[in-house]
Amino acid sequence: MKNEASTYPDGSASAVIWIIATAAAVALWFAVYWQLEAFSAWLVSSLPVSRDSHLEQAARFFVFDAPKVLMLMTLVVFGMGVVRSFFSAERTRALLAGKREGLGNVAAAILGVFTPFCSCSAVPLFVGFVSAGVPLGVTFSFLIAAPMVNEVALGLLFALVGWRIAAIYLAFGLAVAIVAGWIIGRLHLEGWLEEWVRNVRAGQAELQPDSQTVADRIRAGIDAVRDIVGRVWAWIIIGIAAGAFIHGYVPNDLLASIMGKDQWWSVPAVVLIGVPMYANAAGIIPVVEALLGKGAALGTVLAFMMSVIALSFPEMLILRKVLTLRLIAVFAGVVAAGIVAVGYLFNALF
Amino acid sequence: MKNVKILGSGCKRCVQTAAMASSEASRLGIEIELEKITDFADIARFGIASTPGVVIDGKVVHAGGLPKAEDMAKWLSA
Repeated sequence: MKNEASTYPDGSASAVIWIIATAAAVALWFAVYWQLEAFSAWLVSSLPVSRDSHLEQAARFFVFDAPKVLMLMTLVVFGMGVVRSFFSAERTRALLAGKREGLGNVAAAILGVFTPFCSCSAVPLFVGFVSAGVPLGVTFSFLIAAPMVNEVALGLLFALVGWRIAAIYLAFGLAVAIVAGWIIGRLHLEGWLEEWVRNVRAGQAELQPDSQTVADRIRAGIDAVRDIVGRVWAWIIIGIAAGAFIHGYVPNDLLASIMGKDQWWSVPAVVLIGVPMYANAAGIIPVVEALLGKGAALGTVLAFMMSVIALSFPEMLILRKVLTLRLIAVFAGVVAAGIVAVGYLFNALF
Repeated sequence: MKNVKILGSGCKRCVQTAAMASSEASRLGIEIELEKITDFADIARFGIASTPGVVIDGKVVHAGGLPKAEDMAKWLSA
Protein backbone atom coordinates (compact mmCIF):
# COMPACT_ATOMS: atom_id res chain seq x y z
CA MET A 1 0.00 0.00 0.00
CA LYS A 2 1.31 3.35 -0.98
CA ASN A 3 1.15 5.58 2.04
CA GLU A 4 0.66 9.20 1.05
CA ALA A 5 0.35 10.23 4.68
CA SER A 6 4.03 9.50 5.23
CA THR A 7 4.92 12.80 3.61
CA TYR A 8 3.31 14.50 6.61
CA PRO A 9 5.29 14.57 9.86
CA ASP A 10 3.95 11.99 12.22
CA GLY A 11 4.89 9.84 15.15
CA SER A 12 5.74 10.66 18.73
CA ALA A 13 8.45 13.23 17.98
CA SER A 14 5.98 15.43 16.12
CA ALA A 15 3.37 14.84 18.84
CA VAL A 16 5.75 16.44 21.34
CA ILE A 17 6.32 19.36 18.99
CA TRP A 18 2.57 19.85 18.54
CA ILE A 19 1.95 19.74 22.28
CA ILE A 20 4.73 22.24 22.99
CA ALA A 21 3.51 24.57 20.23
CA THR A 22 -0.05 24.37 21.55
CA ALA A 23 1.08 25.06 25.13
CA ALA A 24 3.07 28.06 23.91
CA ALA A 25 0.10 29.38 21.98
CA VAL A 26 -2.17 29.00 25.02
CA ALA A 27 0.39 30.77 27.24
CA LEU A 28 0.60 33.62 24.75
CA TRP A 29 -3.20 33.73 24.74
CA PHE A 30 -3.27 34.21 28.52
CA ALA A 31 -0.55 36.85 28.42
CA VAL A 32 -2.51 38.91 25.89
CA TYR A 33 -5.78 38.30 27.71
CA TRP A 34 -4.53 39.65 31.06
CA GLN A 35 -3.30 42.84 29.40
CA LEU A 36 -6.51 43.42 27.48
CA GLU A 37 -8.38 45.50 30.05
CA ALA A 38 -5.48 47.87 30.63
CA PHE A 39 -4.93 48.20 26.90
CA SER A 40 -8.56 48.96 26.09
CA ALA A 41 -8.82 51.46 28.97
CA TRP A 42 -5.79 53.26 27.57
CA LEU A 43 -7.23 53.17 24.06
CA VAL A 44 -10.58 54.64 25.13
CA SER A 45 -8.94 57.31 27.28
CA SER A 46 -6.96 58.44 24.25
CA LEU A 47 -10.13 58.84 22.18
CA PRO A 48 -11.44 62.39 21.78
CA VAL A 49 -14.66 61.79 23.73
CA SER A 50 -15.60 63.32 27.06
CA ARG A 51 -15.37 61.06 30.11
CA ASP A 52 -18.52 59.34 31.35
CA SER A 53 -20.52 60.48 28.34
CA HIS A 54 -22.87 57.99 26.68
CA LEU A 55 -20.44 57.69 23.82
CA GLU A 56 -17.52 56.99 26.12
CA GLN A 57 -19.47 54.25 27.95
CA ALA A 58 -20.50 52.67 24.68
CA ALA A 59 -16.96 52.87 23.31
CA ARG A 60 -15.46 51.37 26.45
CA PHE A 61 -17.91 48.47 26.31
CA PHE A 62 -17.10 47.81 22.66
CA VAL A 63 -13.32 48.19 22.73
CA PHE A 64 -12.97 45.86 25.69
CA ASP A 65 -15.68 43.35 24.85
CA ALA A 66 -15.03 42.72 21.18
CA PRO A 67 -11.45 41.36 21.55
CA LYS A 68 -12.29 39.68 24.87
CA VAL A 69 -15.21 37.76 23.42
CA LEU A 70 -13.36 36.79 20.25
CA MET A 71 -10.41 35.53 22.30
CA LEU A 72 -12.56 33.50 24.69
CA MET A 73 -14.54 32.12 21.77
CA THR A 74 -11.35 31.04 20.05
CA LEU A 75 -10.15 29.23 23.17
CA VAL A 76 -13.46 27.47 23.81
CA VAL A 77 -13.95 26.46 20.17
CA PHE A 78 -10.40 25.13 19.98
CA GLY A 79 -10.83 23.06 23.15
CA MET A 80 -14.17 21.75 21.96
CA GLY A 81 -12.70 20.89 18.54
CA VAL A 82 -10.01 18.77 20.19
CA VAL A 83 -12.52 17.05 22.50
CA ARG A 84 -14.88 16.37 19.59
CA SER A 85 -12.17 14.55 17.67
CA PHE A 86 -12.70 11.72 20.18
CA PHE A 87 -16.37 11.38 19.19
CA SER A 88 -18.26 10.57 16.02
CA ALA A 89 -21.93 10.23 15.17
CA GLU A 90 -21.42 6.56 14.28
CA ARG A 91 -19.78 5.74 17.59
CA THR A 92 -22.43 7.66 19.50
CA ARG A 93 -25.10 5.72 17.68
CA ALA A 94 -23.45 2.42 18.56
CA LEU A 95 -23.48 3.51 22.21
CA LEU A 96 -27.14 4.49 22.10
CA ALA A 97 -28.59 1.66 19.99
CA GLY A 98 -30.95 -0.47 22.03
CA LYS A 99 -30.56 1.74 25.11
CA ARG A 100 -33.65 1.95 27.21
CA GLU A 101 -35.46 5.22 27.64
CA GLY A 102 -34.63 7.21 30.70
CA LEU A 103 -30.94 6.47 30.99
CA GLY A 104 -30.79 6.49 27.19
CA ASN A 105 -32.19 10.04 27.10
CA VAL A 106 -29.57 11.22 29.58
CA ALA A 107 -26.74 9.58 27.63
CA ALA A 108 -28.07 10.95 24.33
CA ALA A 109 -28.29 14.53 25.59
CA ILE A 110 -24.76 14.44 27.02
CA LEU A 111 -23.32 12.81 23.89
CA GLY A 112 -25.19 15.47 21.91
CA VAL A 113 -22.93 18.12 23.42
CA PHE A 114 -19.70 16.38 22.42
CA THR A 115 -20.52 14.64 19.15
CA PRO A 116 -19.68 16.68 16.05
CA PHE A 117 -22.98 17.84 14.62
CA CYS A 118 -23.92 19.99 11.68
CA SER A 119 -27.53 20.88 11.02
CA CYS A 120 -27.00 19.93 7.38
CA SER A 121 -26.59 16.30 8.42
CA ALA A 122 -29.54 16.31 10.83
CA VAL A 123 -31.61 14.13 8.48
CA PRO A 124 -29.02 11.41 7.79
CA LEU A 125 -28.33 11.40 11.50
CA PHE A 126 -31.98 11.05 12.41
CA VAL A 127 -32.55 8.25 9.91
CA GLY A 128 -29.27 6.60 10.82
CA PHE A 129 -30.14 6.58 14.52
CA VAL A 130 -33.74 5.43 14.23
CA SER A 131 -33.03 2.73 11.67
CA ALA A 132 -30.21 1.33 13.81
CA GLY A 133 -32.51 0.80 16.77
CA VAL A 134 -31.99 3.97 18.78
CA PRO A 135 -35.42 4.67 20.34
CA LEU A 136 -37.27 7.68 18.90
CA GLY A 137 -37.32 9.60 22.19
CA VAL A 138 -33.60 8.99 22.73
CA THR A 139 -32.90 10.22 19.19
CA PHE A 140 -34.84 13.39 19.95
CA SER A 141 -32.88 13.99 23.15
CA PHE A 142 -29.73 13.93 21.03
CA LEU A 143 -31.24 16.12 18.34
CA ILE A 144 -32.42 18.75 20.83
CA ALA A 145 -29.21 18.89 22.86
CA ALA A 146 -26.78 18.91 19.93
CA PRO A 147 -27.65 22.33 18.49
CA MET A 148 -28.83 23.96 21.72
CA VAL A 149 -25.91 23.18 23.99
CA ASN A 150 -23.14 23.92 21.50
CA GLU A 151 -19.73 25.48 21.88
CA VAL A 152 -20.80 28.80 20.40
CA ALA A 153 -23.57 29.28 22.95
CA LEU A 154 -21.50 28.02 25.88
CA GLY A 155 -18.38 29.91 24.81
CA LEU A 156 -20.22 33.19 24.40
CA LEU A 157 -22.09 32.89 27.66
CA PHE A 158 -18.84 32.09 29.40
CA ALA A 159 -17.19 35.08 27.73
CA LEU A 160 -19.94 37.55 28.44
CA VAL A 161 -21.75 36.66 31.62
CA GLY A 162 -19.38 34.26 33.34
CA TRP A 163 -18.96 30.56 33.84
CA ARG A 164 -21.82 30.29 36.33
CA ILE A 165 -24.50 31.20 33.83
CA ALA A 166 -22.78 29.11 31.17
CA ALA A 167 -22.90 26.12 33.53
CA ILE A 168 -26.55 26.81 34.35
CA TYR A 169 -27.35 27.03 30.64
CA LEU A 170 -25.59 23.70 30.09
CA ALA A 171 -27.50 22.02 32.93
CA PHE A 172 -30.90 23.33 31.94
CA GLY A 173 -30.31 22.81 28.23
CA LEU A 174 -29.56 19.17 28.97
CA ALA A 175 -32.63 18.98 31.21
CA VAL A 176 -34.90 20.28 28.45
CA ALA A 177 -33.39 17.79 25.95
CA ILE A 178 -33.71 14.85 28.36
CA VAL A 179 -37.26 15.57 29.48
CA ALA A 180 -38.58 16.57 26.04
CA GLY A 181 -37.05 13.43 24.47
CA TRP A 182 -38.43 11.27 27.24
CA ILE A 183 -41.93 12.69 26.79
CA ILE A 184 -41.81 12.16 23.02
CA GLY A 185 -40.69 8.58 23.70
CA ARG A 186 -43.57 8.02 26.13
CA LEU A 187 -46.07 9.25 23.54
CA HIS A 188 -45.04 6.38 21.19
CA LEU A 189 -45.16 8.42 18.02
CA GLU A 190 -43.13 6.04 15.84
CA GLY A 191 -46.17 5.85 13.54
CA TRP A 192 -45.82 9.57 12.86
CA LEU A 193 -42.51 9.19 11.08
CA GLU A 194 -42.58 9.47 7.32
CA GLU A 195 -43.32 6.07 5.84
CA TRP A 196 -39.95 5.59 4.12
CA VAL A 197 -38.07 6.24 7.35
CA ARG A 198 -39.89 3.37 9.06
CA ASN A 199 -38.91 1.05 6.24
CA VAL A 200 -35.22 1.80 6.10
CA ARG A 201 -33.08 -0.92 7.56
CA ALA A 202 -29.63 0.43 8.13
CA GLY A 203 -26.64 -1.54 7.10
CA GLN A 204 -24.08 -1.55 9.86
CA ALA A 205 -20.97 0.18 8.68
CA GLU A 206 -17.88 -1.28 10.24
CA LEU A 207 -16.54 1.25 12.65
CA GLN A 208 -13.13 2.40 11.57
CA PRO A 209 -10.69 2.24 14.45
CA ASP A 210 -9.88 5.73 15.67
CA SER A 211 -6.36 6.21 14.35
CA GLN A 212 -5.97 9.93 14.92
CA THR A 213 -2.66 11.16 16.28
CA VAL A 214 -2.20 13.98 18.78
CA ALA A 215 -1.26 16.21 15.87
CA ASP A 216 -4.52 15.27 14.10
CA ARG A 217 -6.56 16.22 17.17
CA ILE A 218 -4.81 19.57 17.60
CA ARG A 219 -5.30 20.23 13.92
CA ALA A 220 -9.00 19.37 14.39
CA GLY A 221 -9.12 22.11 17.04
CA ILE A 222 -7.48 24.61 14.70
CA ASP A 223 -9.86 23.65 11.90
CA ALA A 224 -12.81 24.19 14.24
CA VAL A 225 -11.55 27.68 15.09
CA ARG A 226 -11.04 28.53 11.43
CA ASP A 227 -14.47 27.20 10.52
CA ILE A 228 -16.61 28.41 13.44
CA VAL A 229 -14.90 31.64 14.47
CA GLY A 230 -14.49 32.43 10.78
CA ARG A 231 -18.22 32.03 10.35
CA VAL A 232 -19.51 33.87 13.42
CA TRP A 233 -17.00 36.65 14.12
CA ALA A 234 -18.93 39.21 12.10
CA TRP A 235 -22.12 38.39 13.97
CA ILE A 236 -20.31 38.71 17.26
CA ILE A 237 -18.98 42.16 16.33
CA ILE A 238 -22.43 43.29 15.19
CA GLY A 239 -23.97 41.87 18.37
CA ILE A 240 -21.42 43.61 20.57
CA ALA A 241 -21.95 46.88 18.72
CA ALA A 242 -25.69 46.57 19.37
CA GLY A 243 -24.89 45.66 22.96
CA ALA A 244 -22.60 48.69 23.26
CA PHE A 245 -25.38 50.95 22.04
CA ILE A 246 -27.83 49.53 24.58
CA HIS A 247 -25.16 49.79 27.26
CA GLY A 248 -24.46 53.44 26.61
CA TYR A 249 -27.81 54.85 25.60
CA VAL A 250 -30.73 52.85 26.97
CA PRO A 251 -31.80 53.97 30.44
CA ASN A 252 -31.06 51.47 33.18
CA ASP A 253 -34.47 50.17 34.12
CA LEU A 254 -36.25 50.56 30.84
CA LEU A 255 -36.26 46.84 30.13
CA ALA A 256 -37.23 45.88 33.66
CA SER A 257 -40.77 46.90 32.83
CA ILE A 258 -40.95 44.79 29.63
CA MET A 259 -38.63 41.88 30.30
CA GLY A 260 -38.57 41.94 34.09
CA LYS A 261 -39.75 39.20 36.44
CA ASP A 262 -43.14 40.69 37.11
CA GLN A 263 -44.32 40.31 33.54
CA TRP A 264 -45.67 36.75 33.41
CA TRP A 265 -46.26 36.94 29.67
CA SER A 266 -42.72 37.94 28.80
CA VAL A 267 -41.32 34.37 28.92
CA PRO A 268 -43.71 32.82 26.38
CA ALA A 269 -43.48 36.02 24.32
CA VAL A 270 -39.70 35.86 23.95
CA VAL A 271 -39.87 32.14 23.11
CA LEU A 272 -42.24 32.97 20.23
CA ILE A 273 -40.01 35.83 19.10
CA GLY A 274 -37.01 33.50 19.20
CA VAL A 275 -38.35 30.87 16.80
CA PRO A 276 -37.85 32.73 13.50
CA MET A 277 -34.47 34.08 14.67
CA TYR A 278 -31.86 31.52 13.87
CA ALA A 279 -29.05 32.80 11.71
CA ASN A 280 -28.22 35.35 14.35
CA ALA A 281 -27.63 32.91 17.19
CA ALA A 282 -24.06 34.10 17.67
CA GLY A 283 -24.88 37.76 17.29
CA ILE A 284 -27.78 37.65 19.71
CA ILE A 285 -25.77 36.71 22.77
CA PRO A 286 -23.92 40.02 23.28
CA VAL A 287 -27.35 41.64 23.14
CA VAL A 288 -28.35 39.17 25.82
CA GLU A 289 -25.59 40.49 28.07
CA ALA A 290 -26.69 44.06 27.59
CA LEU A 291 -30.33 43.11 28.20
CA LEU A 292 -29.35 41.51 31.50
CA GLY A 293 -27.41 44.63 32.46
CA LYS A 294 -30.48 46.75 31.87
CA GLY A 295 -32.86 44.90 34.13
CA ALA A 296 -34.23 42.07 31.98
CA ALA A 297 -34.83 38.95 34.08
CA LEU A 298 -32.30 36.11 33.74
CA GLY A 299 -34.91 33.40 33.11
CA THR A 300 -36.56 35.47 30.39
CA VAL A 301 -33.24 36.10 28.67
CA LEU A 302 -32.13 32.44 28.85
CA ALA A 303 -35.51 31.33 27.49
CA PHE A 304 -35.04 33.75 24.62
CA MET A 305 -31.58 32.36 23.90
CA MET A 306 -32.67 28.73 24.02
CA SER A 307 -35.58 29.46 21.73
CA VAL A 308 -33.37 31.27 19.20
CA ILE A 309 -30.91 28.40 19.16
CA ALA A 310 -33.02 25.25 19.62
CA LEU A 311 -36.20 26.01 17.72
CA SER A 312 -35.96 27.33 14.22
CA PHE A 313 -37.97 27.29 11.05
CA PRO A 314 -35.07 26.20 8.80
CA GLU A 315 -34.37 23.19 11.00
CA MET A 316 -38.04 22.22 11.00
CA LEU A 317 -38.14 22.47 7.22
CA ILE A 318 -35.19 20.05 7.05
CA LEU A 319 -36.81 17.66 9.53
CA ARG A 320 -40.04 17.72 7.52
CA LYS A 321 -38.34 15.21 5.20
CA VAL A 322 -38.43 12.57 7.93
CA LEU A 323 -41.19 13.66 10.29
CA THR A 324 -44.85 14.20 9.61
CA LEU A 325 -46.20 17.66 10.33
CA ARG A 326 -47.94 16.33 13.43
CA LEU A 327 -44.70 15.01 14.86
CA ILE A 328 -42.91 18.31 14.16
CA ALA A 329 -45.72 20.12 15.97
CA VAL A 330 -45.36 17.82 18.98
CA PHE A 331 -41.57 18.26 18.92
CA ALA A 332 -41.79 22.05 18.76
CA GLY A 333 -44.55 22.16 21.36
CA VAL A 334 -42.74 19.94 23.88
CA VAL A 335 -39.44 21.80 23.47
CA ALA A 336 -41.11 25.22 23.67
CA ALA A 337 -42.98 24.16 26.83
CA GLY A 338 -39.71 22.98 28.35
CA ILE A 339 -38.00 26.28 27.54
CA VAL A 340 -40.88 28.29 28.99
CA ALA A 341 -40.71 26.16 32.15
CA VAL A 342 -36.97 26.84 32.45
CA GLY A 343 -37.65 30.58 32.07
CA TYR A 344 -40.28 30.62 34.82
CA LEU A 345 -38.22 28.42 37.11
CA PHE A 346 -35.28 30.75 36.75
CA ASN A 347 -37.23 33.89 37.35
CA ALA A 348 -38.68 32.26 40.46
CA LEU A 349 -35.29 31.08 41.75
CA PHE A 350 -33.05 34.07 41.10
CA MET B 1 -11.35 1.41 -12.22
CA LYS B 2 -12.51 2.22 -8.74
CA ASN B 3 -16.07 3.04 -7.84
CA VAL B 4 -16.23 6.04 -5.50
CA LYS B 5 -19.51 7.05 -3.91
CA ILE B 6 -19.94 10.32 -2.07
CA LEU B 7 -22.87 10.16 0.32
CA GLY B 8 -24.54 13.42 1.22
CA SER B 9 -27.49 15.66 0.58
CA GLY B 10 -25.55 18.19 -1.48
CA CYS B 11 -24.24 20.26 1.41
CA LYS B 12 -21.12 22.37 0.88
CA ARG B 13 -18.79 19.80 2.42
CA CYS B 14 -20.24 17.01 0.30
CA VAL B 15 -19.48 18.97 -2.86
CA GLN B 16 -15.96 19.70 -1.61
CA THR B 17 -15.43 16.02 -0.81
CA ALA B 18 -16.50 14.98 -4.30
CA ALA B 19 -14.18 17.56 -5.86
CA MET B 20 -11.35 16.33 -3.66
CA ALA B 21 -11.92 12.72 -4.75
CA SER B 22 -11.63 13.60 -8.43
CA SER B 23 -8.64 15.88 -8.02
CA GLU B 24 -6.72 13.40 -5.85
CA ALA B 25 -7.56 10.58 -8.26
CA SER B 26 -6.28 12.50 -11.28
CA ARG B 27 -3.19 13.59 -9.34
CA LEU B 28 -2.40 9.95 -8.55
CA GLY B 29 -3.39 8.77 -12.03
CA ILE B 30 -6.11 6.47 -10.69
CA GLU B 31 -9.21 6.02 -12.78
CA ILE B 32 -12.41 6.37 -10.82
CA GLU B 33 -16.11 6.34 -11.42
CA LEU B 34 -17.63 9.01 -9.17
CA GLU B 35 -21.18 8.64 -7.94
CA LYS B 36 -23.13 11.01 -5.72
CA ILE B 37 -25.69 9.38 -3.45
CA THR B 38 -28.15 12.00 -2.28
CA ASP B 39 -31.18 9.92 -1.31
CA PHE B 40 -31.47 9.76 2.46
CA ALA B 41 -32.75 6.20 2.48
CA ASP B 42 -29.82 5.07 0.34
CA ILE B 43 -27.39 6.92 2.60
CA ALA B 44 -28.83 5.20 5.67
CA ARG B 45 -28.43 1.79 4.02
CA PHE B 46 -24.67 2.27 4.05
CA GLY B 47 -24.90 2.48 7.80
CA ILE B 48 -23.51 5.96 8.31
CA ALA B 49 -25.11 8.65 10.46
CA SER B 50 -23.14 11.70 9.43
CA THR B 51 -22.34 13.19 6.05
CA PRO B 52 -20.40 13.47 3.85
CA GLY B 53 -19.60 9.78 3.62
CA VAL B 54 -17.12 8.19 1.27
CA VAL B 55 -17.59 4.66 -0.07
CA ILE B 56 -14.88 3.07 -2.21
CA ASP B 57 -15.68 -0.17 -4.01
CA GLY B 58 -18.58 -0.77 -1.66
CA LYS B 59 -16.62 -0.16 1.52
CA VAL B 60 -17.34 2.80 3.82
CA VAL B 61 -14.02 4.55 4.46
CA HIS B 62 -15.21 7.85 5.91
CA ALA B 63 -18.23 9.48 7.55
CA GLY B 64 -18.75 12.98 8.85
CA GLY B 65 -16.88 16.14 8.02
CA LEU B 66 -14.48 17.06 5.27
CA PRO B 67 -11.81 14.36 4.95
CA LYS B 68 -8.16 15.30 4.67
CA ALA B 69 -6.68 15.21 1.18
CA GLU B 70 -3.89 12.91 2.31
CA ASP B 71 -6.45 10.43 3.66
CA MET B 72 -8.39 10.56 0.41
CA ALA B 73 -5.18 9.75 -1.47
CA LYS B 74 -4.54 6.84 0.89
CA TRP B 75 -8.04 5.40 0.40
CA LEU B 76 -7.87 5.76 -3.38
CA SER B 77 -4.50 4.08 -3.67
CA ALA B 78 -5.24 1.30 -1.17
